Amino acid sequence: MAAQLLFFYFGGVTIAGAIVAVTSRNIVYSALSLLVAFIHIAGIYVLLNAEFIAAVQILVYAGAILVLYLFVLMLFNPSEEKLYLHKQAKVGIFLGVVVLFMMLFAGYKTEIIGKGGPLTAQAVKEMGHTRVIGNALFTDYLFPFEVASLILLVAMFGAIVLAGRGVHRKKGPAGRIDLSYRDKLPKKSSETPEEVIVGR
Amino acid sequence: MSAVNLPSNYLPILVFFFIALAFGVVTILMGYLVRPKRPYLEKLHAYESGILPDTDARMQFPFRYYLIAMLFVLFDIEMVFLYPWAVSFNKLGLFGLIEMVLFLLILFVGYFYAWRKGALEWD
Repeated sequence: MAAQLLFFYFGGVTIAGAIVAVTSRNIVYSALSLLVAFIHIAGIYVLLNAEFIAAVQILVYAGAILVLYLFVLMLFNPSEEKLYLHKQAKVGIFLGVVVLFMMLFAGYKTEIIGKGGPLTAQAVKEMGHTRVIGNALFTDYLFPFEVASLILLVAMFGAIVLAGRGVHRKKGPAGRIDLSYRDKLPKKSSETPEEVIVGR
Repeated sequence: MSAVNLPSNYLPILVFFFIALAFGVVTILMGYLVRPKRPYLEKLHAYESGILPDTDARMQFPFRYYLIAMLFVLFDIEMVFLYPWAVSFNKLGLFGLIEMVLFLLILFVGYFYAWRKGALEWD
């Protein structure tokens, strides 16, 4: 009974947060209501005994992805946002319905995996979700784990190459920014004591 | 969904969650009920250390913030891999240590690249 109540609470607030996120006129309010939805999705994951996924949901979605969204919104020119927002309602509803039916179909067709071997629901119940995932990830799935670091490395290179392109700056030794121009500048007059007193 | 499966060791977190939620709701609601409502123009302005704001707060931020946000996302995802490794470290032993050192070495290449390119400088 308590589980049902909690499920309806988390699910209901998730849906409400998602609706506010797509209908709000203020895009910062949209991002913050998306944060509410993300945190309540983590609650649903905890109810499903998927504790590691819940922690990742909080760390990555509510932390990193939302920070990225907010930064993109702030980099966006606020005067241009009215040109783009709330003009795609029909396409959005169509795509939403299509994705919903695809997910329902996938959920209907998929068999429950993890019936045998070390990754069963029983093992999750006994050892805890994070420990089961850790044991599997660092033994059987070692190669995908190391490949993931390469993918992160490529993403890091891409971000630096893309975002660093607009910044033309003189580089001194060891890639540091050359600050030697400061010595060539004329001394600021405010450094003399008389000026400081006048400034006050 | 049966009540047997409910993870009971998350109950304190749930209690804290609702206390935090109630704190915000009750504070705003009590203020709304108790405070006198005599609005005027200066009072309704956005608070900017006592002076009237002359521009909108929603200005365009410098593009360099994007790089910082992106690097934060990547290192955050790196931490997601460290978390199950730390939990099952006792079972993995030396082999686990070596593979995590390899993982971190690959990512440190990106870190030193960002350093060399001046992406971490902010002048």
